[in-house]
Order: sequence, then structure tokens, then C-alpha cells
Amino acid sequence: MSDPTLLVEDLRTAFYTKAGVIRAVDGVSFQVGRGKILGLVGESGSGKSVTGFSIMGLVDPPGRIDGGRILFQGRNIVGLPEPEMRALRGSRLAMIFQDPMMTLNPVLRIDTQMIEAVKAHHPEVSDAEARARARDTLGQVGIPSPDERLKSYPHQFSGGMRQRVAIATALLNKPDLIIADEPTTALDVTIQGQILFEVQKLARQTGTALIWITHDLSVVASLADEVCVMYAGRVVEQGSVDDVLDHPTHPYTEGLLRSVPSANPRGQPLRQIPGMTPSLLRLPPGCAFRQRCERASAVCATAPEITVPVPGRRVRCFHPILATVPA
Amino acid sequence: MTVFIIRRLMQTAIVLVVMSMIVFVGVFAIGDPTAILISADSDMIERERAIAALGLDKPLWEQYLYFVGGAFRGDLGKSFVFNMPALQLILQRLPATLELAFAALVIAIFVGVPLGMYAGYRPESPVSKAIMAGSILGFSLPTFWVGLMMIMVFAVQLGWLPSTGRGHTATVFGVTTSLVTPDGLAHVLLPAVNLALLKLSLVCRLARAGMRENMLMDYVKFARAKGLTARRVVMVHVFKNILIPLVTVTGLELGNLIAFSVVTETVFAWPGMGKLIIDSINNLDRPVIVAYLLVTVSMFVFINLAVDILYSVLDPRVRLSEAKG
Repeated sequence: MSDPTLLVEDLRTAFYTKAGVIRAVDGVSFQVGRGKILGLVGESGSGKSVTGFSIMGLVDPPGRIDGGRILFQGRNIVGLPEPEMRALRGSRLAMIFQDPMMTLNPVLRIDTQMIEAVKAHHPEVSDAEARARARDTLGQVGIPSPDERLKSYPHQFSGGMRQRVAIATALLNKPDLIIADEPTTALDVTIQGQILFEVQKLARQTGTALIWITHDLSVVASLADEVCVMYAGRVVEQGSVDDVLDHPTHPYTEGLLRSVPSANPRGQPLRQIPGMTPSLLRLPPGCAFRQRCERASAVCATAPEITVPVPGRRVRCFHPILATVPA
Repeated sequence: MTVFIIRRLMQTAIVLVVMSMIVFVGVFAIGDPTAILISADSDMIERERAIAALGLDKPLWEQYLYFVGGAFRGDLGKSFVFNMPALQLILQRLPATLELAFAALVIAIFVGVPLGMYAGYRPESPVSKAIMAGSILGFSLPTFWVGLMMIMVFAVQLGWLPSTGRGHTATVFGVTTSLVTPDGLAHVLLPAVNLALLKLSLVCRLARAGMRENMLMDYVKFARAKGLTARRVVMVHVFKNILIPLVTVTGLELGNLIAFSVVTETVFAWPGMGKLIIDSINNLDRPVIVAYLLVTVSMFVFINLAVDILYSVLDPRVRLSEAKG
């Protein structure tokens, strides 16, 4: 088997603020293969987005990557000089952001914003060719009459349409990896469904690897092949989507699944995970989840290592829930 | 668009009428110009003749109506002091003031915007901190003092530049200006820098604030994620967004520069309108004061209109037809 498109090993990204060091990503490892979709799940502040920005080389001071490797097509891109990183960004690696209302520049026309993305990597391409490529890509993501729409400004589009434009922009140079940072969170459910369907189709057709960052487990269930559950900067559980969602072994994953409204009997109060995500500034030693965990014991005050309770599953817990997992 | 402009012009007319009334009452309240204009040793008959000649023997409302009647014929009255049409007096001085204001604005923009953008792009660098400290000085040092210091240093001690007056003028495209001759440029440099200093600081801080605010926007991150160079992100994406507030403020400030270049004109003996208005206020020369204010207000309105139109060009989200009132 060839190299996976992306292999992240023990990635550590921290922000050095006046209030202290925030270890937003603390030893995260995963991989994504060609045409595969990885779901990165977690609450706000769990380090999912920072993981995405780390891969893109877009972590700004006071943040920086201080450990680990990011192997993109076999090459470590951590600490790559900016010109080389820039050449990868938008060309081999692309990213889509959460809020489509904010990601497009309000004072530039769509054609300007798309053509510049082509020409940043292919200066030899003529304006007409770049425009043709922009038009075709817009059509591909389901924007009607793309020729006219190219001349529009972002405010003339609806939220869903803007996100399609952003996705089309990310697709322009046929990247090998797309990082999608909650791209459908701000959209209504029907639009979300359409976009998920199209993105999944694209990934399968073009062999593009996809990292889908979200807090929505139902999106992961319908879209991803593999899932990483993150908590307080660490991956707490990892495995194939069906296994993890059907038989969670980490108490946090189980808690997340139980808080999905449809999993609760009608009329009963919704079940939630007690407490709140700890502040990354004052992270307790040991397992970061132990104060909210009903299975926690004295041993949880030391940091748990990754274990492999069943083949294909990695979990960071002293007391994994194994009763329901088929051997 | 047309409706917008017509509405704007009607508002202007109302402003001009109200303003002229206030000036009439105001100057009337300050004092009696005849006490200054007519020498103390003239007798009663001469006095009354002089007052009647100036039209000051009539009640104030009648004087005002007379003025309004004249204004519709393009006659804003004769200066009490110079005994020539007030408008002509002002239009003679206008080019000198306009060119000074224009030169100051150019300096403020072409120096202030790049400095501010740099300070916003690298807020932690020592150069940026020096720029910001300098801008505070620019804000807080009194214009007349800076002007005098500049004359001391560059004109008196170094002898590089002339300290007073306007240089040779030449006519380009039908406009007579001193900005095209070397001597004229040498003369305009000191007063223009002096006048520009405050605006430069303002523009600089505004550009910095815009830069810092915009650099944090998602669209900047997205532009970087597309693999654009930092240069293109800043010069195209961020710059176009910063321009919107800059144009608004600059437009308003241009009106200010024209109207209130008084101090600089006095320090550098620049033969512009600012000097004229100060003298006229001292002499209670009402026709000149009124004419000056009418010209200035009209200019303000015109500049604001230009800014609004420019605004809609820069920001596609603004549609003038929707701008009510």
C-alpha cells in the first residue's frame, strides 16, 4: 500500500499568550488515505480547528507548532519555508471555513477571487483560461448560470451559495487534501445535505482526501470513513465510523452520542455531559475528562496512554467501555 | 442616483439659507462695523452717508432680504473694507488655499496610509511603535508651534526652503498653480507638511486600525489558504476594505483642510482664504464672512457628495438609491 495522503504524528501546537501557554493540540496523530474522509469531532475549543490550521501552515503568532510531524504525501511539511508552504496551500492542500458569510472578500467580485486562486499557482494560465476553469468548477458544485454569477459580488449570494463558491474555490487547483472546518454548520439542513452529498461524490471521484471538522455526529455518520474524537487538544478515540458510533469505548464519545436529541426517549429531559470543557490554560493533570466522567477513578489522575482495546480502535482511557463491543 | 443627488442639493439649499441667517444675526450681535470702518473724526453727516452707502441704516431683516435678492443674481455683496465684490475677493484667494490643501492631503495620504498599514501589519515591531508614537505627536503638537519650528530649522538655520509666501505660478490646462514650478513647490512644501501633519496622523491611525481589524477576518485567512502571497493579500484584499473608511474620513478632512487652514496660512504668510477670513472677522466685514461661509459650505457639500458616490464605487454593498434622507 502506498503512503497515505496525510499522516499526522504526535502534532503539538501551542499558543504562547500573556496568560500562559495554551496547548491547543497536544499530541494528535491520525492519517487519511486517498479518497478517504476523516471526521474530526469534538466540542468547541477541543483543538479541531487548530489541527486544521496547523496542517495548512496557517497558525499565527502567538501560536506555533512545537512538536510532531505532518507528512503530506510522504514529505514533512512542519517548518517548511513559507514560499514552499504557500505553493502547497490552495494548490495541493485546500481549506474551507465555517462561516460562508465571512470567507469571501466582500469588496471583490467572485471572478477576481477565483481567478487569483488559479493564477497564484499557475501564473502561466491566461485570464480567459482561469475564468473558464472557475466557471466549470462553479458549475460542478451546483451553481446555476455560473458565467453570470462570476460577475457577482459575495453579498448577492445566499449563505449556501457562498459556501458552494468557497468549496469551488478550494477545488480549483484539484487539491489532494481538503480540510473542511465545519463548512455546513452555518447552513440549513437541506442545503447541508446537498453539499455533503456533492463533496462526498467529489472525494470519491477525484481521489481527494478529506478531513471534515465538525461537532455534528450525524454529519460524521453519513459522510466519513474514519472518525477522530478530540477532547481538550487530544484524540480520545479513533476508529472506523460505524464501529465508533455504534460501540463507543471512551466515556466521552459515549456521552456525546447520548446527548444527540434523537437518541433520547421523547418527553424525557435531554441527557448531557455534566460540567464544562476545562479551560486549556488550567488543564488538570491526568485525563482531561475525568472531572466529568462517571467512570473516573484515582488512576485517572495520571495521563492515560493510547490503547488498542479491539483491532482498528484506538482509545485514550483507563476504563474503556468494552461490554457492548463485539470482539 | 439622480433622485439621490437632487435630494442632496435641496438639503444643501436649506443649509445655506439657515447658515446665512445665523451669520447675519451673529455678526450683528458681535458689534457695529461702522465703529471700525469710519474714522472717529468724521462728522455726523459723513457718518450717516457712509452708513447709508453700506446699507447698514436699514433694519436687519431688510438687509437680509436685500442680500438674498442679490444672492439670486450671483451678487453676494461688496466688502465693506476692500470695496469690491466679496465673492471676487474670495475667488482670488481660493486657488492658493485649494492648492495648499491639496498638497497637504496628498502628503497625508501617501505618507500616512503606508505608515499606518505597516504599523497595523507588524504591530509588535519597534518601527511600528515609533510610527504610533510619532502620530500622537502629530495629533497633539499645536500647528502654529510646529510651523514656527519648521521655519526655524529649514528656513532660518538650514536655509533649504523659503519660509513665507507663494512661489511662481504657471498655467497648466487652464489652472494657475504653483505646484508645477520648482520655486512654487519649494514654497508650498513647508506649509503643506505643516498643514498635513494632523491629517497624516489621523489617516495613519485609521489605516492601522483598519489593517489590524481586517487581518483577523476570515476572508484574509481564506485568501491565505488559497496560497496567495502575503503581498497580494495585503495590497488587494485588505487594502480595498481599508479604503472604505479612509475615503469617508479623507473627504471630510479635505473640507476641513480648506476651511481651517487659517493657522498655517497665517504662520507662513500664505495668501489664501484663511488669512482673509481672519481679517474680515476682525473688521466685522459681513459680506466677506457670509460669502466665505457660503463658498465653504458649498464645497463641503460637494465633497461629501463626491465621497458618497465614491463610496458606492468602492463598496458594492452600498446602493445610493437605497440611501433615504
